Order: sequence, then C-alpha cells, then structure tokens
Amino acid sequence: MTTALNPKYTFDAFVVGAGNRLSVTAGRTVAETPGSAYNPLFVYSGSGLGKTHLLMAIGHAAKQLAPGLGVEYLTLDEYVEAFHAAIAAGHGDAFRRRFQTVDVLLLDDVQFLSNRKEMQAELLRLTEALQAAGRQIVLTSDRPPAEIADLDERLISRFSGGLVVDIGPPDYETRVAILRRKAEERGARLPPGVLEAVAEAPFGNVRELMGALNRLVAHQAVSETPLDPATARRILGLAEPAPPGVAPAEVAGAAGAAAAAPAAPASGDEFGDFLADVAVTVGKALETWRAQVSEAILRWEGEGYRVQRLRALFEQETPAAVDEALAAFARDVERLRALEAEVAELDPAAAGDSVFRAPDRLAEAEATAARVREGAAPPPGPSAAFPLGAFAVGPSNQVAVSAVRAVLEQPGRKYNPLVLVGKSGLGKTHLLHALGLELARAPGAVVACLSTQAFIDELIAAIDGNRVDWWRARYRRATALLLDDIHLLAGKERTQEELFNLFNLLQDKERQLAFTAPAPPRALAGLEERIVSRLEGGLVAELQEPDREVKRAVLARLLAPEGGSADPAVLDYLADRPAESVRALAALAQRVLAAAAAREAPLTAGLAREVLEGRTPREGRRPPGPRPSGLVVSSLGGVKSREKMVWEWRDPAQRVIEELR
Amino acid sequence: MSLVNFTTREITCKIVYYGPGRSGKTTNLHYIYSRVPESRRGRMVSLATQTDRTLFFDFLPIDLGEISGFATRFQLYTVPGQVYYNATRRLVLQGADGVVFVADSQARQLDENIESLQNLHGNLLELGVDIRALPLVLQYNKQDLPRELILAPADLDDALNFRGVPSFPADALHGRGVFETLKGISELVLRKLAAGSPA
Repeated sequence: MTTALNPKYTFDAFVVGAGNRLSVTAGRTVAETPGSAYNPLFVYSGSGLGKTHLLMAIGHAAKQLAPGLGVEYLTLDEYVEAFHAAIAAGHGDAFRRRFQTVDVLLLDDVQFLSNRKEMQAELLRLTEALQAAGRQIVLTSDRPPAEIADLDERLISRFSGGLVVDIGPPDYETRVAILRRKAEERGARLPPGVLEAVAEAPFGNVRELMGALNRLVAHQAVSETPLDPATARRILGLAEPAPPGVAPAEVAGAAGAAAAAPAAPASGDEFGDFLADVAVTVGKALETWRAQVSEAILRWEGEGYRVQRLRALFEQETPAAVDEALAAFARDVERLRALEAEVAELDPAAAGDSVFRAPDRLAEAEATAARVREGAAPPPGPSAAFPLGAFAVGPSNQVAVSAVRAVLEQPGRKYNPLVLVGKSGLGKTHLLHALGLELARAPGAVVACLSTQAFIDELIAAIDGNRVDWWRARYRRATALLLDDIHLLAGKERTQEELFNLFNLLQDKERQLAFTAPAPPRALAGLEERIVSRLEGGLVAELQEPDREVKRAVLARLLAPEGGSADPAVLDYLADRPAESVRALAALAQRVLAAAAAREAPLTAGLAREVLEGRTPREGRRPPGPRPSGLVVSSLGGVKSREKMVWEWRDPAQRVIEELR
Repeated sequence: MSLVNFTTREITCKIVYYGPGRSGKTTNLHYIYSRVPESRRGRMVSLATQTDRTLFFDFLPIDLGEISGFATRFQLYTVPGQVYYNATRRLVLQGADGVVFVADSQARQLDENIESLQNLHGNLLELGVDIRALPLVLQYNKQDLPRELILAPADLDDALNFRGVPSFPADALHGRGVFETLKGISELVLRKLAAGSPA
C-alpha cells in the first residue's frame, strides 16, 4: 500500500539554498527527533521545488538514525485509495489502527483534500491520534493549509499548529549548484559558462531546470562541437543576457518558465527589503530616550498625573538631559504624593484637589497643603491641671490607678479600651486627664482628651459647617482618644455612630481608648449595644469612695499653707469625718480654711471641730439650704457636670474657690 | 488606536487603501499578500461580489515580527470604491494610522479620482481627523496602460496632489510600485512615532 522511499532522495542529494534552507533544517530536526520538535511539519511550495525529495529524505534520515522506526510514505491519493479499499473490505478499523501505529507518517500532496469532507475527518482523527501518541506527521502541499479550498478549520489549525514552512524557488547560486550536481550525476561534461547561462534563466522550479539540462545534454550528445553559452541559450530559447541593472523584458524561455513571476519587480525579496526599511524607521522612532519618555508618560498618566511637561520633551530634536527631566518629574510626583497623603489625613475633601495631580503646579500644591495644615487644629488635648503625680492613691482607687499605669506601659495593647467607672467626685476625670498627659509625652502623640459633651458639640458644629470629613480626619489622626462621661452619648445616635467607627478604626491601629462613666457600661441607659459591648470588651476599673489614706493625702495637699505642711491633727480629724467623695472632702477643707481665714487664726483641730460640729461662727456667704449638686443642665439638653469644665482653670485650688462662690 | 503600546511592547499600524472603484486597491493587497511569507501574514479576508468588486472591505494582517523589541503588525484595509458604500468607507477609515490613495491613472477616470479624494476628505472631517496630520501617500496606478490612455505622474500630481504628499507611479497588477507605496506610507506613519505617539 505504501510507496517505498526512493533511495536517491536523501538529504545529501538535496541542494540547499536560501529558498529551502529553513525547510531542510526543519526536516532534519524532525528526522532526528520525530514527534517532538515540529509536529506536524507542513511543507508547501510550488511544483518541482523538492517537496517529495524532502519528505523522503526525512524518512531516510529517520530510519538511518533509528532503524526500528516505522516510517510510511504515501501520497494523499494513495492514502484515500487505501482507505476506500479498506472500508469496502470491511477493514476500516484495522486500517486506522495500522496508521495510528506508524512512527513517522509522510503524507505527500495533501492539497487534494479539497472537497473531500470524509477524508478530512479521517485525517483529522489520524493526526490527533498520532500527535497524542507522540508520533511524527509530515505533510506537503502546493499551498499553505489556509489556502486549501474547503479544508476543515480544525485541520487548518492542526496543520498550522506545528510548523508550516515553504520552499522558495532556487536562487541563481542554488540553480548553478543543482545543475552542476545533476550534470555530474549524468556524467555530462559541459564547457564552462554553459551551466551558468542556463542558471541565469529564472526557471521557477527545479524540474524545469532539469528539463533544460537534459536538452543540453541530449544536444551535446548528437553534436560534434562542444556547447558554448550562446548556443546553450539559443537551444533553450533564452534571450541574450540584459546589461546589468536592467531587468530582462522577456525572460520566459522555451521551457515556459517564469510565466507566473511578475515581470516588474527587480528585487527578489520585496518583503524582506520592506521589512528592513521599516525596521530602520522604527529603530529611529524608538530611540531609547523617546521610549523612556513615552514609558514615563504612560506610567504617570496612568496614575492620573498631568504630563504636559514630559510631552514637551518630544519637541526636542536631540535628547538633552532627559534622564534628569524624568527624575525631576518623579521627584515632584513624590512630593505631591506626600502632600496629598498629609492633606488627606487633615482634610479628606481638600485632598481631591487637582493641584495634587499636577507636578507643574507644585508650588500651588504646597500652598494648598499649608492652608489645610493651618486650618487643621489638633483635637482637644488633656488638661495640664491633672498631673498623675497629684492623684492621691489608696486602696479605694488602687485598681484604677494600676490599670492606668499598665496602659501607660503598653498603650493600645494592654487594656483597650479602659473604662473608669465610679460615682461623681471620685477623681475619674483627674485620672483620665492624667492618663492623657502621660500619653501625650510620647513623641508624635496626638491625644484627644475631652468631655463627651464637647465631642458631641464639635460634631454638631461640623455637621452644621459641612465639615464632617474634616472633623473625622481630626480624630482619626489621634494616637489616643479619651472621652469623659461617656454616658452623655445616650440618645445621640449620630455621635454613637461616629464614635463606633472611630473606635474601630483606632482600636485596629492599636491606639489607646479610654472612657469614664458613672456606672459600668451595661448599666448605662441609651447606649447602643455595639458601643456597650465594645466598652465592656476592654477593662472596666471601678473607683470606690475614698478611703482614709486617700482622704488624708487629698487634705494634706488642700490644707498645706504656702511653703509648709498642714497640722497632722487637723488631717487626722478631717480624714476621719465621713466624705463620700473627694469633692465633698474638698468642700469640707474649704469650709475650715475659710473659717480660719475669717478669724485670722491658724487652722487647728479644735477650730475644725468647732466649724464642723455646730459651734461655728458664720463664716460663709453661702445662704442656708441644700448645697448645689454641682450639676447644671446644658443648653443642649444634656446634663453636664460643672466639675467637668474644670480644666479651663489652671489651678485646682482656684477651681474650688470658684465653685464655692 | 494606539500606534505604539509601550506596556505590551507592540506597534500596530492600520493602513487604509482608499480610492475610486476599480482603481486597484484590492490588487495592491493581493500583490503584497503574494510576497509576504506565509508565516508572516494572516488570512486575507476579502468580501467581494460575484463580479469581484469589493463589497465590504479587504483586510490583510501582516506580522513584521519583532522590531527594536516591539512586536510589529500592519493591518492593511481597502475600502469599497463604489460611491454608494460610503458608510462602509467611513467605518473602515476609523482609526486609520495612514491612508494610501490609489488613483486610476486613466485620463477618463480623473473626475472619479477627484471625487473620491474629496470623499476621503469629507469622511475624515466627519470622523474628526485632521487630514493635515494624517499620513497620506498617493499611488498613480495603471501606469502600464498605453500612454495615450493615461496621465503622466506629473499631470496627476498637478491634478490631485495639492498637498504635496509623496506619490508613486505603479502597476499593481504586476507589482511595480506596490511595495514602494507601502514603504512610503509606513515611513510616514512610523515617523509619527518620533513626534510622540498620542495615546
């Protein structure tokens, strides 16, 4: 069924020239490593350029390298014939199996697949089976796969999926080489110049060339005189060679060669010339510096920056300091980024300004940032009136103070949030501000420490002024947020919402949160569950009624005359008096101090007893009646403790005097 | 269309062959097709009527391979020359990086040439393309016809080439002048790279 390989058609006998070098190389590769390099290999060319020779050469070479290989060569027509015969005999499956086990299948002239749908399907199946099994398939055709009429798309893609190479017509040198070899094979001796004269005729294929050689050999055999180039040309019906540089007007010879070739083009490889020209033009256009600038434009424009400055570089004829210009641009962009990031923290709305995208307007951007910086006041900080050192510590508040100290050791990590709980007047505010003051010592610290009422008021003002973003940004910058009297949030839905978000944001960044409340968070009415659970999630530390130790320490500070110390007997007496809060104790101390001042006498235990136990002279201007609670109703509706405004006064002693008025 | 893409390192040029009906636009493409190695060209899509007139457009993609590190592709299009296919012409013209105007050198076709050239201007105007900025070359095709039937390139230059763009005499059927024209337009298009490719 299959044709034996013609022993003459080997690679050695194949004259390699520019037109067929690629296909021969591919063929050799395939023969050396069947099934792995180019599979399928599809070789196409006009008639008579060596397709069959190449195909058989591949078969020979493959067999020579691996004698055990199953190599089959057949033309498509033979294949079709065999297939039909097998089907007719009922051996269709055996036929398929037989071809599927071939190691190297060489199929010639597949252009005849045109309009043979069932054969196309069969060949598709075979190609797939061979490829899957790593077996080699080599096909030849007189045209590329895509041009075979009616060829199944799948076959086209299969064929094109390996390597598609063409064999071009031989060039002059190759033609001479072929003629010499063939003349030698025939044992013909032709005078010098004859073969060259033949080769000069642009025969489109080797078969025609062979025909011409045969005629010359035959002519010489019957002629007495040796051939000369002119006679050879005359025998072959070729025109005399044209002077160099002028294309022959009529080159078609008796052999009918060159009919297909267009007469006009002078160059053999117009596309190659074109490609070379284009390469030169592109090379010029893509000079490195232009490419650099274009890449920079693409990059920065992609990131949203204005790039006119870079575009202007293209107007230069020669590159002048391009690197420097690009670096300067990058520097400006970096600066803009820094400014934008800073402004985004201070006032997100301002960060959207287009000036931060225009490196050419860097100065304006700096000015904008400066304006924002000025406008962005830091959030209210802790009052200096409440240093930690002035906080009297005793068993009643030991837990809370220890918690504060623990927080100071690891702000944001240990107890976050810290909630200080206790009745009014036990020093929660003092402790909170003391914590704030200590936290503020850290470099770069921005401690927001304020009453919840002030926090609410600020938010309302921000909403009113349409500056909520700015307000948020201000607090988001804080490294610690300490809010006094968190219970005042009750019913303030918007503030709770804002605090909730702020809380999460700050806690995520391990920034310290601390609050004070009159009762544990669970017991506070009007707070959303999500706030309560977050407050409970940290440490809730309670401050108890002051014990004797605390009371004594507080009194010692309050009653000490300038530059001296208080009478211990007075301290003992007063410390033993009942006082439910530090504030009540302070009132007590104030009363005895005022009495002593009125009498212009030193403060003694006796005087104190006299004042406090009924036998007192009328010392105060305070009218008789119940003592004010210290609570006032805020104009905003919330209950505000007067005590909470104290940080506006520098000295606690002054504050007490103020309160007594 | 972006001519040069520095991100994907690609250069893609769309070149449109424009001109009156039967001036030889498709013939240009066919000749180029026949000269481009199989591995470099895509399928030539040609939608022609039964009488072989271009009905919609011809499209020939050519892969020039890697040039200066850029995968370079040319896409050659023709427009249908007949007057009534103007919508198609405008569509094909859209995004063109360069135009080859193929004029018919026959003296009796001069009016058709002028009309088609005006049509080109009109369509570019409607597409918002500044024709002064668009690379353009003229090809005077059918110069192989007997002298008495055709106008000489110089006469055609006088009649058509008022902008003074490069012009090429040609015989597209036999290939003369075809690649010269393609080189001419390619050079103009690619030279625009140097002026900074507008994205």
